[in-house]
Amino acid sequence: MFKKTLLPALSTAAVIAGASTAFAQDCTIKVGVLHSLSGTMAISETTLKDTMLMLVEGQNAAGGLLGCELEAVVVDPASDWPLFAEKARELISVHEVDVIFGNWTSVSRKSVLPVLEELNGLLFYPVQYEGEESSRNVFYTGAAPNQQAIPAVDYFLEELGVEKFALLGTDYVYPRTTNNILEAYLMDNGIAAEDIFVNYTPFGHSDWATIVSDVVALGADGKQVGVVSTINGDANIGFYKELAAQGVSAEDIPVVAFSVGEEELSGLDTTNLVGHLAAWNYFMSADTEANAEFIAAWHEFIGDDARVTNDPMEAHYIGFNMWVNAVEETGTTDIDTVIAALPGQEFPNLTGGTAVMLPNHHLAKPVLIGEILEDGQFDIISQTTEVPGDAWTDYLPESAVLVSDWVELECGMYNTETESCVQLTSNY
Amino acid sequence: MLRALVMAVSIVVLAAAAAAQDLQSVLRTHSEEIAKPSRRSVQVAIDDLIALGQPEVPMFLERWQGKEVYQWDTDGQFYYVDGADPFDLIDISTGEVVGQAPKGELSQIKPNAGVRGVIGTALVQFQLQDPDPERRIAALDAIARDGSADQLEPLAASIDAEPDAAIRARKESLLQMLTARFGDATEDRVAAIEALSTEVSVDARAVMNQILTSQNGVATELPDANIAEIREPEFADAYAELVAADLAEPALSADEIKSVLAANIVEGRVGGIPVSTLSDPDARIAAYQALADAGTVAPLMTQSDMQAAIDAHVFYSVYDEPIAAVTDAAVAALKHMELKVGAMQTADLAMDAISLASIYFLAAIGLAVTFGVMGVINMAHGEFIMMGAYTGYVIQQIIPDYTVSIIVALPVAFAVTFAAGVAMERLVIRHLYKRPLETLLATFGISIALQQIAKNIFGTQARPLTSPAWLDGALVFNDVVAISYIRIAIFVLAVLFLCLILFILKKTRLGLEVRAVTQNPGMAASMGINPDRINMLTFGLGSGIAGIAGVAIGLYAKVTSEMGADYIVQSFMTVVVGGVGNVWGTLAGASLIGFLQKGIEWMNPSNTLAAQTYMILFIIIFIQFRPKGIVALKGRAAGN
Amino acid sequence: MKNSFLVTNRSVLVFLLCLALFTLGVTVLAEATGAGVISTSFVKTLGKTLCLCLIAIAMDVVWGYCGILSLGHFAFFGIGGYAIGMWLMYARTHDIVVGSLSNDVIPATSAEISDAIGTQIFGVVGSSEFPLIWAFAHSLPLQLAAVVIVPGLLALVFGWLAFRSRVTGVYLSILTQAMTLALSLYLFQNDSGLRGNNGLSGLQNMPGSDLGQDVLSIRFFWASAVALGLGYVLFAFVISGKMGSVIRAIRDDEARVRFLGYHVESYKLFVFTITAMVAGIAGALYYPQAGIINPAEIAPIASIYLAVWVAIGGRGRLYGAVIGATFVSLLSSWFTGGGAPNIDLGFYEIVWTDWWLVLLGLSFVLVTLLFPKGIGGLFDYITINREKGPKA
Repeated sequence: MFKKTLLPALSTAAVIAGASTAFAQDCTIKVGVLHSLSGTMAISETTLKDTMLMLVEGQNAAGGLLGCELEAVVVDPASDWPLFAEKARELISVHEVDVIFGNWTSVSRKSVLPVLEELNGLLFYPVQYEGEESSRNVFYTGAAPNQQAIPAVDYFLEELGVEKFALLGTDYVYPRTTNNILEAYLMDNGIAAEDIFVNYTPFGHSDWATIVSDVVALGADGKQVGVVSTINGDANIGFYKELAAQGVSAEDIPVVAFSVGEEELSGLDTTNLVGHLAAWNYFMSADTEANAEFIAAWHEFIGDDARVTNDPMEAHYIGFNMWVNAVEETGTTDIDTVIAALPGQEFPNLTGGTAVMLPNHHLAKPVLIGEILEDGQFDIISQTTEVPGDAWTDYLPESAVLVSDWVELECGMYNTETESCVQLTSNY
Repeated sequence: MLRALVMAVSIVVLAAAAAAQDLQSVLRTHSEEIAKPSRRSVQVAIDDLIALGQPEVPMFLERWQGKEVYQWDTDGQFYYVDGADPFDLIDISTGEVVGQAPKGELSQIKPNAGVRGVIGTALVQFQLQDPDPERRIAALDAIARDGSADQLEPLAASIDAEPDAAIRARKESLLQMLTARFGDATEDRVAAIEALSTEVSVDARAVMNQILTSQNGVATELPDANIAEIREPEFADAYAELVAADLAEPALSADEIKSVLAANIVEGRVGGIPVSTLSDPDARIAAYQALADAGTVAPLMTQSDMQAAIDAHVFYSVYDEPIAAVTDAAVAALKHMELKVGAMQTADLAMDAISLASIYFLAAIGLAVTFGVMGVINMAHGEFIMMGAYTGYVIQQIIPDYTVSIIVALPVAFAVTFAAGVAMERLVIRHLYKRPLETLLATFGISIALQQIAKNIFGTQARPLTSPAWLDGALVFNDVVAISYIRIAIFVLAVLFLCLILFILKKTRLGLEVRAVTQNPGMAASMGINPDRINMLTFGLGSGIAGIAGVAIGLYAKVTSEMGADYIVQSFMTVVVGGVGNVWGTLAGASLIGFLQKGIEWMNPSNTLAAQTYMILFIIIFIQFRPKGIVALKGRAAGN
Repeated sequence: MKNSFLVTNRSVLVFLLCLALFTLGVTVLAEATGAGVISTSFVKTLGKTLCLCLIAIAMDVVWGYCGILSLGHFAFFGIGGYAIGMWLMYARTHDIVVGSLSNDVIPATSAEISDAIGTQIFGVVGSSEFPLIWAFAHSLPLQLAAVVIVPGLLALVFGWLAFRSRVTGVYLSILTQAMTLALSLYLFQNDSGLRGNNGLSGLQNMPGSDLGQDVLSIRFFWASAVALGLGYVLFAFVISGKMGSVIRAIRDDEARVRFLGYHVESYKLFVFTITAMVAGIAGALYYPQAGIINPAEIAPIASIYLAVWVAIGGRGRLYGAVIGATFVSLLSSWFTGGGAPNIDLGFYEIVWTDWWLVLLGLSFVLVTLLFPKGIGGLFDYITINREKGPKA
């Protein structure tokens, strides 16, 4: 008994002693990690929690931050949206973290927003989302619609000559808003309303036969049909299986997906999906040195060479490094100072080029389009220059007049027509 | 040393380049379009390449299309490559190895799908008479995808020499479509259209619709053209169209009126009306009128002005195709086709409904046995389905051959879930026969435990359960009616189990005993039947079937720890709607729910979620009026 | 009347006393009103737990006393939350919109204001029109009335249809489960007009009040405690006396009660409806403390958990339901919150966030099999030992 407890105690002491020598001061800076480790979102979010732990460990190995050790405070909101708000409150008011990296779904973000704004917290949100939001306390390192959906549709229009669109999505806010924006955008580009077919299915939908037949039947007027898929999670498996079963090849009806990445494809046999597309700001197959290093570090950290990397991981990588740089520049972790110092931060992307944090708290990042390969990876066939993220889309009349600028205008929802700030807190 | 090597290589390369002057030099002129091709800009390069007329051009186009062309950064020239890193560079004209380059110096040329299509179209003329049938099919695919007038002649010329009957038939059908669209003589086109009118294929309908494309227009008088129809758009749309055609002045929107008012505030008043009262829309109009009367702003457009402008114009749409005989024939043909397609679609929908019904039946039949025959609610039934699916997944990890693994998986899944069912019956349910509500809760506890255990073992990510290759694809009757083989297999499985259950219940000793225990356990026991044993076996049987259903469902959809929960409520509905204690009832319930769901989906195709909601509502109401289900037991067996 | 009822029901007095002491204790220790030992987030957790206790006693009355295993009471809870949430969202957005439009030189028309509110609320779900269902959202009294009336009406119609056709036992359970599933699927749709999967959010902010969350949280805690106290008294009253006897008799043998001349359906309908209304009130108090409501909250699983709480706490005794709800929900947040130490078995480490549900499921089976009286049954042992005889 004695022996058993003594040994770990000794080794912990050794670790602390060993670690403390590396830091100039005896202090800690707390980094909150707010990702679901249980429940339906665990599969996606656990990876991001591990990414954060890897980044924190890497930073500590490099001497910490401001001479202090970084400490990751991990909590589990269990895919329960009200619990996100509760845990965020706990992180800020009880653990007193200096920054939070977290959230995946939009609804969880909306749940956390009021708490962040009330307690003046700082959140980095790493997932592609529907836009139409801007909070002083949130930095959006994932793609806004104009950094993923619009370029992908441009690619359909320009390169594949698609004249008729099927917008298929899971029935929740991201597909709804994205499809609304896309519909408006397509109509601006001369696609008639009757050439846009929209369908929403429940989460985890599995009976795709009728919907796929409907899509195939769209080709009856001789126009090239393309599918824009915002189908989420598990439902994709049945969808792609049905596409393959009905013999719909990428040449006949190309499908571009916004929620299917390397991680999702690992649950699928991709032989029948070769040539279908996905649009992201990052693909694991990006051929750069930084990416090779990142993948190697990830494999070493997680101890499994089969694990893939994906877009939200890169978003956390960029967000974390920008935060570190902002803190080092200003010499403090004070939230208001850091928020003021973040816009204008630059950091190299893993896919080449440089990401810039804009005054609207979004990133300028390149947009990549990849074709699915047999091994579940993506062949990058198109890469744009950096596209600045747009909080309020230009394609819906109500939000076209809104801009977000936390530097000059100090407002996230500024109406350019009436030249006034609609509200200082975000809409949730 | 290294420099010497590079020099040597480049000398060889230069020598080879001189021989292949033409192809390579054309490529170099279009270097940008070839290396980073775009559908819009690549045509020039392709035209120049074809104009070159060299025999190696088709080969180059094909390999370019197949992402097999590389550009060597050192000299900017294009090569095929071979071997491993460092790669052998192969000259695109001579096909000889002309040097070596490491991977880092080579960039692979990746034309996107759009460009590949353009290349495919360009290749048509070379491939139509190619000895390789696959190339000929590729050419026909390209024509079907994007037909054009200049393909008409080469296609017609290639038919006589076509040795393969199937390809020949396809060529003829494609020729007909091209003739209908691009033929020279009106009679030929009308004849082709009429011939096509018997088809229902998407391509044939596409031809008709392409002939019938029309443009909307508005004018004071109907123009002399092939008019498709005279339109009568809604008031607002009509006026917007007039404005867009510069035939009328735009009317002011509420926002515009507001900004005009804001610009004309004089001493807190607009046109004499105090600003503070302008929160009333009528007051705003009055203020604007006042301004207009004073001549400060343009007068407000009234409703009757707009109506007059609309009445003075005619709205029409005109065919792009100028010959009326052709469009008339196409309209008639399309009408004929649509009638047929409508019937076919109904058939297709019916098949989808049958398929859905068979899935529900498979998921529910095990439950019907336990719930119906034993009166026991098993909330963990869904988790038995999941267990079966994971068993299939595990077996696929062990046995890589998909066919063998499925054949093994079905009995193993049955065995696993049979054992689990028996264990559950012995350990839990046996003690709760007198308390049915508590069985529900206890089995629910088991269900959440099982679900979480599956998550802990397999993770929350969906696992692949891949069907064997012979179940890939679909049974295609025509472009409208098709059903995937996997769904047919599930249907067959469902029928098989229907027969098996019926056989067991009606023709075997076990079935006789089961029925006896169902009707009166006390009497059955006194006749020497052991009700305990029967209950155990029945429960095992029901669970075992759930396991097999799990494999089937996993094959067509997904394997996750939550898949059981997706089916449990539906399964209960099926059993309850069909009528408890009767296999035929379950069949009727599954069919009703399957057809109902497809029917609602058909009425509201853009929202599948609504279909599920309405279906559940329907079931709730249905049960109110037929609480015992479609097939109700009669007499004493109905119990309480 | 009430006095004599309370005097004859000593356990109600004891419960009220405990509740009062508990409330006082939390108030003294809370951030806004006292020592600050209890953080605001924990005050919210406690307030929410009180609301769960309230719906749990409603569930106990309907199941433990009347024998109707309803697997749909969380639907009523959710409706209550949605009803109050609509007002909270509307009023908050209204304030923001009026504030921003007041900068205009021309005062806004009411149509413009309502358009702007619509855009704000539904902009995130890709729409800007006000659905019909929001017709009364501007009025707090009407929405408060909806908190009680809508669940009540739904329960009345559903119950009338079901009890009239003599749907009983497991059939009824499945039917109620179907009801809550249909409702949650309906709300999941964007077309339902209640913001689909996103639900209503930002509910913790009180429109027109600049009180901090620390003060608001304790006030909601008080409101929840009062509601629980009143609810407890109401239900204790319902289950006492002659009516209580009939209700319990229905649980034990419905047919016999019917033959005795009682109109069983009316009693069942009354219990079903009144518990649904109380569930609505519990929801209306719960969600402003949770901050967000969305359709996942009323998925069938939630209602099943409700049954689990009551079963573990002990059916057929109101305090049992309170104990069950408190015990299981707090234990659950302790386990999932990483509070419980992981157990290293050497070859495998039991991480409680992963294994808690397994433990809950299995312990639930054990309770059903071995301790059908639940935790509340322990009190019987104490009384039996003390009085040396079975309690009436």
